[in-house]
Amino acid sequence: MNSTPSWALAFVAIVAVFVSTPSGATDRAEIAAIHQEIQTMKAHYEARIAALEGRLARAEQATKTVDAKAEAAQTAVATSAVAAAPPVAASAPASTNAFNPAIGLILDAKARYYARDAGDFHIPGFSLPDGGGLGVEGLGVGESELNFYANIDDKLYGSLTTAVAEENGDTTVSVEEAFMQTLTLPQGFTIKAGRFFSSVGYLNSTHAHTDDFADRPLPNRVFLNGQFGDDGVQLRWLAPTDLYVELGGELLRGASYPAAGASDNGKGTWTAFGHVGGDVGDSNSWRAGLSYLAAQANHRDTSTPDAPDLFSGDVDMWIVDAVWKWAPNGDMANRNFKLQGEYFARAEKGRYTPAGGVALPLSFGQDGFYVQSIYQFVPQWRVGLRYAQLDGERLGPLFTGTALDNRGHTPWDLSAMLDWSNSEFSRIRLQYNRDHSGLRPDDQVVVQYIMSLGAHGAHQF
Amino acid sequence: MKRSVITFVVILVVLSATSASAALKIFACEPEWEALAQEIGGPDVSTFSATTGLQDPHQVQARPSLLAKARRADLLICTGAELEIGWLPMIQRQAANPQIQAGQPGYFQAADYVRILEVPTALDRSAGDVHAQGNPHVQTDPRNYAPIAKALAARLAQLDAANAARYASRYADFSTRWEQALARWQEQASSLKGMAIVVHHHSWTYLENWLGLQEIASLEPKPGLPPSGVHLTEVLAQLKSQPVKFIVRTPYNDERASQWLAERAGVPAVMLADTVGGTPAAHDLFTLFDDTLQRLLKAVRP
Repeated sequence: MNSTPSWALAFVAIVAVFVSTPSGATDRAEIAAIHQEIQTMKAHYEARIAALEGRLARAEQATKTVDAKAEAAQTAVATSAVAAAPPVAASAPASTNAFNPAIGLILDAKARYYARDAGDFHIPGFSLPDGGGLGVEGLGVGESELNFYANIDDKLYGSLTTAVAEENGDTTVSVEEAFMQTLTLPQGFTIKAGRFFSSVGYLNSTHAHTDDFADRPLPNRVFLNGQFGDDGVQLRWLAPTDLYVELGGELLRGASYPAAGASDNGKGTWTAFGHVGGDVGDSNSWRAGLSYLAAQANHRDTSTPDAPDLFSGDVDMWIVDAVWKWAPNGDMANRNFKLQGEYFARAEKGRYTPAGGVALPLSFGQDGFYVQSIYQFVPQWRVGLRYAQLDGERLGPLFTGTALDNRGHTPWDLSAMLDWSNSEFSRIRLQYNRDHSGLRPDDQVVVQYIMSLGAHGAHQF
Repeated sequence: MKRSVITFVVILVVLSATSASAALKIFACEPEWEALAQEIGGPDVSTFSATTGLQDPHQVQARPSLLAKARRADLLICTGAELEIGWLPMIQRQAANPQIQAGQPGYFQAADYVRILEVPTALDRSAGDVHAQGNPHVQTDPRNYAPIAKALAARLAQLDAANAARYASRYADFSTRWEQALARWQEQASSLKGMAIVVHHHSWTYLENWLGLQEIASLEPKPGLPPSGVHLTEVLAQLKSQPVKFIVRTPYNDERASQWLAERAGVPAVMLADTVGGTPAAHDLFTLFDDTLQRLLKAVRP
């Protein structure tokens, strides 16, 4: 973990570059600079005059309209036989509520059926976090998501996403994301701070209601607990090139899986990521990326809550991601196709204490990937296919019988889905999984609906 | 490690700072605004359009290429009125460009300068994908380009004061040619006045308003929902009592629905470009409306 200070240093360096002014200018450069400044000031004032003239014209126009409307209203009142309230100004007085953030509500319910007992679910070789397992069997209301967002002022944007869910009879409200983000930093930089889903990989930063399958792919579940988010800051830089190049990093609290215990005074995780992307003709667009995540786990408990496995040590993870989208002439409305995949490689080094056992020194690597494709063949209808697989080193006899003993099994999962959307605000999905992540295969069926009410924010690519 | 990270960051900053070039970089959300920017900006601007004439501007995604272009843009020209609500906010938020944020001179909304039709009095999504601010498809009425061009010329002059005179003279030239073209089109189109029509998507309101066409039905049961067999049958029945002259669709609307109805109702189905590049002939704003009128007049010729 000796790289964390360098990350902090880089951050300070960037801030320093912002606030520092260029020095060592020669006289000629100085004159040129003054000249430039005068030109800029001149342009600025001319622009302001033009803007003011425009505003004046608009204000005059608005007054005319209001006058006309008021006149019309007065006439209407005069001609009406019924006595009415005195005419009011056509436009309602600006209420402070007009500044309310946009509110979006997602209803995401699932009914699941498993051929095997979901309570016995485990993946040999993996001590699962709670987001790694199967959802509750049977009919269920699932998770309802409430999202508020707005520009805070001219420089900042803010968003809060809460999830309301019911587990074992208890209603839980959790903060999924609560962050502010800069809009106007110079030179292509953006800073996000608060709680947010990490930008590592492709799927992780997107909200679950935009997923193409009812469950997250196997590797996302075991390596990122379904979706990895934490408290911290993110710095992103977008290159000034026609090719999309995004570089970024996050410094995070280290409270959520794969970290635990908020080590290193509450900055136990850091990430770095790079993404590139572009178009090929009018019909194709793509994005690919490489991400790294380093996390410190301090008494991380996994598997079952009452008899957990404990792990303390370092986690290093690499993610390679790619997505390709196609639509005839780039028009997504009628037909479109999407191919996406991610590869994860994780190394864990530290001490592992299986439930009821003694601490064992652990150092091993695991990896996994998924590939999926979605095809919208006619408006409203889409089909999808996904394959996911996990793999890892087989540990020695000390680990026999623990969750980390993979027993020579290679977990895999094949999913097929069909969904129908009446409009862009509603979707109903049927999904089948042939889940061979456990030692014996399971057949799983999920029926899901995703409903979007109110404001609906723009989606990521 | 520390030193290399710092060096790397410094290189990034220098790279970003030296990327400025002479021409004003314009990011147009739709091709009609790119064409208008070229008319007024000429060689003083470099333009890019996020969509083509063969794409539904509602359905665009915030693609990486669009973020990369928006990152360096000096001016965003979009329709506004929520037409681009599904993707533009994401671009503005993620492009890390202070100049193109809402409220900045670098963000120009064409719909701000024309009268918006069909502003709904009640908002409910049971009515389909309605736009709270009214019908955003303002580009189908050529008369709307006059105030928009004027405002755009002022905006270009504001952003690039050194070339203000050139924008003003190109605007004056465009304005004269546009007035002449408008007079010509109005004369050509006089025979279309009062004709009843069917449209695929409810996006031709401004064209109808200009030409005096009467829209009696649309092939989509609700705005944004694809035509269904049930609804088409209803429209066909409606046409028995209310005959129409033609059925209009855009290049990106599925042609099967309008063909189906055209064959059974015995009226022509016309494909009209709703922006520059929608048909091969519509390669600028002038040829867009030349082509539109030609196609309509050909359809109704006895």
